[in-house]
Amino acid sequence: MKKSDSGNGQERGLSRRQFLGNTLKTVCGVGLVGMGLGFYARQADSLPPMAIRPPGAIPEEDFLGACIRCGLCVRDCPYDILKLGQLGDDVPTGTPYFTARTGPCEMCEDIPCVPVCPTNALDHNLTDIREARMGLAVVVDQETCIAFLGLRCEVCFNVCPVRGDAITLELQHNDRSGKHALFIPVVHSEACTGCGLCEKACILEEAAIKIFPNHLAKGELGGHYRLGWKEKEKAGKSLVTPDLEHRYNLPEGVRYELQGEGLIIEQGQGAGEVPFSTNPLDTLNRGLEDK
Amino acid sequence: MMAKQTAVGAEAVAAKGWFKAHKWLILRRVSQLSLLALFVVSPYLVDRLERETWLVKGNLASSVTLDVLPLTDPHVLLQAVLAGVEPHRDAIIGVILVIAFYLLVGGRVYCSWVCPVNMVTDAAAWLRRKLGISTPSQLPRVTRYWMLGLTLVLPLVTGSIVWELVNPVSMLFRGIVFGLGMAWVLVLGVFLFDLLVSRDGWCGRLCPVGAFYSLLGSRSQLRVVAANREACDDCMDCYAVCPESRIIKPVLKGAETGVGPVILSSNCTNCGRCIDVCAVDVFQFGSRNAIDQVKTTSVTGAGARQRTGA
Repeated sequence: MKKSDSGNGQERGLSRRQFLGNTLKTVCGVGLVGMGLGFYARQADSLPPMAIRPPGAIPEEDFLGACIRCGLCVRDCPYDILKLGQLGDDVPTGTPYFTARTGPCEMCEDIPCVPVCPTNALDHNLTDIREARMGLAVVVDQETCIAFLGLRCEVCFNVCPVRGDAITLELQHNDRSGKHALFIPVVHSEACTGCGLCEKACILEEAAIKIFPNHLAKGELGGHYRLGWKEKEKAGKSLVTPDLEHRYNLPEGVRYELQGEGLIIEQGQGAGEVPFSTNPLDTLNRGLEDK
Repeated sequence: MMAKQTAVGAEAVAAKGWFKAHKWLILRRVSQLSLLALFVVSPYLVDRLERETWLVKGNLASSVTLDVLPLTDPHVLLQAVLAGVEPHRDAIIGVILVIAFYLLVGGRVYCSWVCPVNMVTDAAAWLRRKLGISTPSQLPRVTRYWMLGLTLVLPLVTGSIVWELVNPVSMLFRGIVFGLGMAWVLVLGVFLFDLLVSRDGWCGRLCPVGAFYSLLGSRSQLRVVAANREACDDCMDCYAVCPESRIIKPVLKGAETGVGPVILSSNCTNCGRCIDVCAVDVFQFGSRNAIDQVKTTSVTGAGARQRTGA
């Protein structure tokens, strides 16, 4: 073997050095390409907040390793809401998304987009569309949402497919008119699937209720955080100092109830002892009679 | 090297007629374009004509034919697996089918019969010949295997299928089916690179998808065989059209060195262009086992003598 190597003459010796040099060059070049790709990938991997992944999508960082960009989910969406990111879009190339304002998820009972996913980028364990968490609706603008202006709208409440659970209407006093209620839409994350039907339906020029990815929409308590009243409920008693009843220094026949009733004047003590009359005029006139 | 008097393939056209001299090229274009057409037309059939079943849906990464047959690209699935994915059963079935197919017919059949970028690079190579551009390529052909390694290391490191963000192969096919976006820039880049910078630069030197398929099909059955190599009149047309031109010579001129007439290189794309362009029909498609018959004869002949002599 050795002989045949050297038999090829100097060319062989030269080409060995060349070979090493060329290999090194190639490796360096490819390495640089790799670094470039790596950095580009980190940049390209940031999904814009208005692009919502299909139901069952696993967390974004895992999704980008799982989605092979085949577009089968796009094809099986009966409402044709899903698109694949294209080069030049903000969405990572080839990955599926929808835009709630223009085409929200219609929440099909059989979720046809999920079982076709060949790589579980859309989790096949999702069988109840109500368990989907594509994002979370947020009432982003209380200044323009007409419910906050005291007008009856409730469109988001009414189109919600999880009606009454994901969005509820909370009545508040209308300070401006003084005699009406505000019907304030409130989103509940334990029921909202992030389908986006509310954002689509919002009657404003620019929706006041929007779907955001969960990590943008939700806060998170510190892991060490304990809610005193819940801990107390769990333990059946206060966990710090024992509860002492508050003592009020009030005139005889008068007591105070913290839980709502407020000042209570005991009737049994006789009308004469009551500090205030039921008729305010009596109180004002008191003393005048004596003079 | 002698200056050529006639255009590449002219002799073959003269000898065999235009259609016979372009037979495999036409068949390949039909294959490439009809694959694309199937994917493009299917949604229209479902939407407009309200057909129940899809002819095909998805794209080359993963597809379902007639709602039953799954096919999945092994290279992209391998990247996903390296990124930490457990593929679904259909994907595994699809990958096995695809691998089995290419094990049989040759991995790089994907390159010349399926891949849409092939049409782009073939066009660049054709124009390059027409314009007589001959820039020496600095890129070694093994670069593609390093690129392949890169596409497999990146998902391991980043947990994300990085290559698919820029892969012109999947991007062009997906783009035609689902919407191209700015992907045409990349495709134009590949075209210009092949035209001006490096002969067969993309497919023959850089593309990791082709590198993957060449490894996949390195033991495949279907091969181009230079069965009639004694008839070769050294017109050099096959070298000019072959996208992997280095693989022809050892076989074509192998009678003296004891190399069998079968092109065993896994980089052969089985495109059949050499068959088309040869006026004296040196090449034909055959089985790799053709090697046994001819090798025994030639090895006992000149080849065996030379080996013992070395």
